[in-house]
Amino acid sequence: MAMLTINNLEVYYGVIQAIKGISFEVNEGEVIALIGANGAGKTTILHTITGLISPKAGSVEFEGHDLTKMPAHNIVSLGMAHVPEGRRIFQELSVFENLKLGAYTRKDKNEISETLEKVYLRFPRLKERKNQIAGTLSGGEQQMLAMGRALMSHPKIILMDEPSMGLSPLFVSEIFDIIKEISDNGTTVLLVEQNAKKALSIADRAYVLETGKIVLEGDAEEMMNNDSVKKAYLGE
Amino acid sequence: MGSILEQLINGLRSGSIYALIALGYTMVYGIAKMINFAHGDIIMVGAYALYVLIALLKVPVMAAVFLTIIICSVLGIIIEKVAYKPLRKAPALSVLITAIGVSFFLQSLALLIFKPNPIAFKSIINVNSIRIGDITISGVSLVTFIITFICMVSLTYFINKTKTGAAMKAVSEDKAAAELMGINVNRTISITFAIGSGLAAVAGILFVCQYQSIQPTLGALPGIKAFVAAVLGGIGSIPGAMIGGLVLGLIESISKAYISSQLSDAIVFGVLVVVLLVKPSGLLGKNRIEKV
Repeated sequence: MAMLTINNLEVYYGVIQAIKGISFEVNEGEVIALIGANGAGKTTILHTITGLISPKAGSVEFEGHDLTKMPAHNIVSLGMAHVPEGRRIFQELSVFENLKLGAYTRKDKNEISETLEKVYLRFPRLKERKNQIAGTLSGGEQQMLAMGRALMSHPKIILMDEPSMGLSPLFVSEIFDIIKEISDNGTTVLLVEQNAKKALSIADRAYVLETGKIVLEGDAEEMMNNDSVKKAYLGE
Repeated sequence: MGSILEQLINGLRSGSIYALIALGYTMVYGIAKMINFAHGDIIMVGAYALYVLIALLKVPVMAAVFLTIIICSVLGIIIEKVAYKPLRKAPALSVLITAIGVSFFLQSLALLIFKPNPIAFKSIINVNSIRIGDITISGVSLVTFIITFICMVSLTYFINKTKTGAAMKAVSEDKAAAELMGINVNRTISITFAIGSGLAAVAGILFVCQYQSIQPTLGALPGIKAFVAAVLGGIGSIPGAMIGGLVLGLIESISKAYISSQLSDAIVFGVLVVVLLVKPSGLLGKNRIEKV
């Protein structure tokens, strides 16, 4: 059974239909990539899954819970974390305060400090800068902080929205290595990316989105060799 | 020499009250990005509530003080839910007009229930004044200083050391991101209004103990002066509101004593003009640089 099932999702902004009946699923342990151009609806889908936007029709089912009927702030404690587009870290707070907010819904202090140590181990730079104000970090470090903050909730699944956006090529590779690592440690990943090449290289399966619809789905490796995908998204 | 010191003490006393009120303005601005112009009227509601509880219902003083704070906090929550929450995505001007409307509503309601004539109220603070050298500090001043100090310390602790305080900081920076952390944004906003209004109630109680007279417009002037204090300190900044309140109280009392008591209000509001011209972000406000 799938961990996350999206069924016939329709989302509107006013009268404009952004998502036109989308269905897909994510199984436990997978890395799923949603690829597509600007405005295809990738971010809207993630926002609908974590409850920031309500859909007009369709359902989002996560381990038996219907997320569309749940306020956004109750979704984290089910084991779903969202690294939003543009990172959205708390710029005026310190790195440590940001990480602590990631564990906001957790109660056990010992478990929280255990997770904190793990996050520091994965992102040594965050440990070095734990008392620094987050807004003064570089773009790549801010992305690491956003990911670390999401990991602080000890999620079963992480939704990542354009983690490579605005980063130097060196950082892009580092971020994708980390996503791979997170997945290898047993966390399911739903990845939204414009950088299709990088996304497909770490994904198990992928869905291609065009103006609110899924136009192609399948094995990530096969997709890399698909001629139309190559032409439209891989720049070959 | 003694008289200068006494003026400074007077200034710090009214400044403490402004600071308590300014905290409400600045906290609500921080979290809801709006100026709650009905905030001053919470002081008035607090004053009448205290009067009704003590003079009419004969509730013991400490219980009446406690109930007054609760009443104002609940009122703050209700105002936010009824008047401001539906406008969260509305233009700032609609929210501003609504806030002024709420202010008129509260004043008119008080006018209907209690009539326009001032009601005499005997101070509930029975502390003897103390003399240090040739200056005298009245009991009311003394209690005002102590209460304000306690409020400021506990608020600072609450914001910086508790989980709810962290949630408030997160919500004031980015509501959607806060929601993604599992923070209940609506509840956090309610708590902020409750705390701000509770502090306004404390200010109201200290205010009527000083002036011993209650009328429906009583909150208007201290409310607007506290707003100036909040802007002076840097709107959105909590230490800014504390310092802004105290500085404004000092400016006011020194102008009253050495320039002209008729002009003191004009000088206080002149401070607003000067701040907006010279340093709109206030003493401790940050110039936010948007990183794209």
